[in-house]
Amino acid sequence: MAETQIKNMNLNFGPQHPSAHGVLRLVLEMDGEVIERADPHIGLLHRGTEKLIEHKSYAQAVPYFDRLDYVAPQNQEHAFVLAVEKLLALEVPPRGQYIRVLYAEIGRSLNHIFTLCAFAMDIGAMTPMLWGFEDRERLMEFCERASGARMHMNYFRVGGVARDLPDGLIDDIAAWCETFPQMIDDMETLLTDNRIFKQRTVDIGIITPEQAMDWGFTGPNLRAAGVAWDLRKAQPYDAYDKVDFDVPIGKRGDCYDRYLVRIYELRESVKIMQQCLKQMPAGPAKSRDHKVTPPSRGDMKHSMESLIHHFKLFTEGFHVPAGETYTAVEAPKGEFGVYLVSDGSNMPYRCKIRAPGFAHLQALDFLSRGHMLADIVANIGSLDIVFGEIDR
Amino acid sequence: MELALKNIGELIVAALPQTVTATDISFGELNVSVKAGDIVRVLTYLRDDANCQFKILVDVCGVDHPERDQRFDVVYNLLSMTHNLRIRVKVRTGENEPVPTVSDIFSSAGWWEREAWDLYGIYFSGHHDLRRIMTDYGFEGHPLRKDFPLTGYVELRYDDQKKRVVYEPVKLAQDFRSFDFVSPWEGVQSRLPGDEKATQDDDDKAEGKGT
Repeated sequence: MAETQIKNMNLNFGPQHPSAHGVLRLVLEMDGEVIERADPHIGLLHRGTEKLIEHKSYAQAVPYFDRLDYVAPQNQEHAFVLAVEKLLALEVPPRGQYIRVLYAEIGRSLNHIFTLCAFAMDIGAMTPMLWGFEDRERLMEFCERASGARMHMNYFRVGGVARDLPDGLIDDIAAWCETFPQMIDDMETLLTDNRIFKQRTVDIGIITPEQAMDWGFTGPNLRAAGVAWDLRKAQPYDAYDKVDFDVPIGKRGDCYDRYLVRIYELRESVKIMQQCLKQMPAGPAKSRDHKVTPPSRGDMKHSMESLIHHFKLFTEGFHVPAGETYTAVEAPKGEFGVYLVSDGSNMPYRCKIRAPGFAHLQALDFLSRGHMLADIVANIGSLDIVFGEIDR
Repeated sequence: MELALKNIGELIVAALPQTVTATDISFGELNVSVKAGDIVRVLTYLRDDANCQFKILVDVCGVDHPERDQRFDVVYNLLSMTHNLRIRVKVRTGENEPVPTVSDIFSSAGWWEREAWDLYGIYFSGHHDLRRIMTDYGFEGHPLRKDFPLTGYVELRYDDQKKRVVYEPVKLAQDFRSFDFVSPWEGVQSRLPGDEKATQDDDDKAEGKGT
């Protein structure tokens, strides 16, 4: 029989594939069922956030950050307000710092619960999704009680947070912190030693520490490759230097390690939240510099100065001194940075958003070459991809 | 921290004397400006030198200053985990001047350079795959330039007769409202960024009026 030439097949994966985590379009070059090349096409959710921010005052820019990584909005807001505070050289009162750390960790828990459950569902385990979302809903209730919105909180402000926590919330979060580790244990019984789960994830998408750095990996994905690096430890911001926690790292850098690192980070998050609740001092939750933060409603009724401040802040906004900064936070997905250029006016001149998922998705081609088609789903799930932040 | 940054800055100037045009430390961050042609050499040095070890290229992005001859800045943010330091390397370039790609020394630069090309039209020479990344297939223009309007030039809708999505020029039912809340007596320049028609004389007049 004559030798036949087999042509590589091009496969279009997404943009409406349920495992594509949103609107990822992948053009795959396949040799049978083995991936020869993966070309992610992104930008289907591009909304021009950076351009819009250039046309809005600093306070109006904060809600855009909720809509980047909509799974953990708090952490994005955190990066932006820290960047503006750096340019303003503004001090945040301790209570404000603790509240922000508390909600940043709630954001991390929201993200990791979602990611782990969605990852498990991508490769065939349905139950974690159903269990995880119960606790996710509780966390969103805490967000709602603090800010009025379940998901897009818009709670962090330059100079602190929008308002102090309502009565009783601290006790309820503390009660949740007691019960939540039990849920992590339950989820681990479903997945960690699960034979099918391990077959799908162990030794899939291995990345070495050198390769991970070359591809710009940060956050849990970098730690899973065995690099002990966490911005909360290395370059602490707000009250992170006052809380005690461990940084889990992986050994092999495969999908299973990325899963395990996130499980351990969830437990550490609970520890940080408990310490925040315990240590949180009394006092104002936002800066008293009324050139930047609005005065209280009560003051406005009596003080002309406060009324003027309020009017100026909600029309013109505040001016930020000219300069530039790159400020990054340890968002649940990795290093989320804001490169902010100010020209001294009331609107940012340039606000580049450095999304961790952008770098991670870029490495998908590298991670998936030589793997089977089904493994690309495991890779996407374990990298923790959300298109709101990648496409911006 | 500040001292370490200062040392690193001096080290770079000493090691690459012809290439660095300026260094400064502001807001506790080190900025190094280099010539566009030398960017590959500088970043290779920063990555491999034992005193630098900037192993992660965190971000590459463009910044548009339409009033300048070389209107674009390309900004490279690097991170050294060994020394726990960050550095920002800046390169100036114009619309028709290519910048050598750094995707050969940092794999992560590939997409960021594609993004800068897409959004600003900064051309990276030697890039193996310089396609658009954020905007739609067949998009024209570079949307993050200061002279590109916020509302864009085209909008799209589903055409029921043609049974496909069609592009049309933007029609706004209401004019785009750009509120200028800056107090007129605070002496701001009347020139808008990206307004090439405005001349220096206009600025002087505006300043005269303010005083």
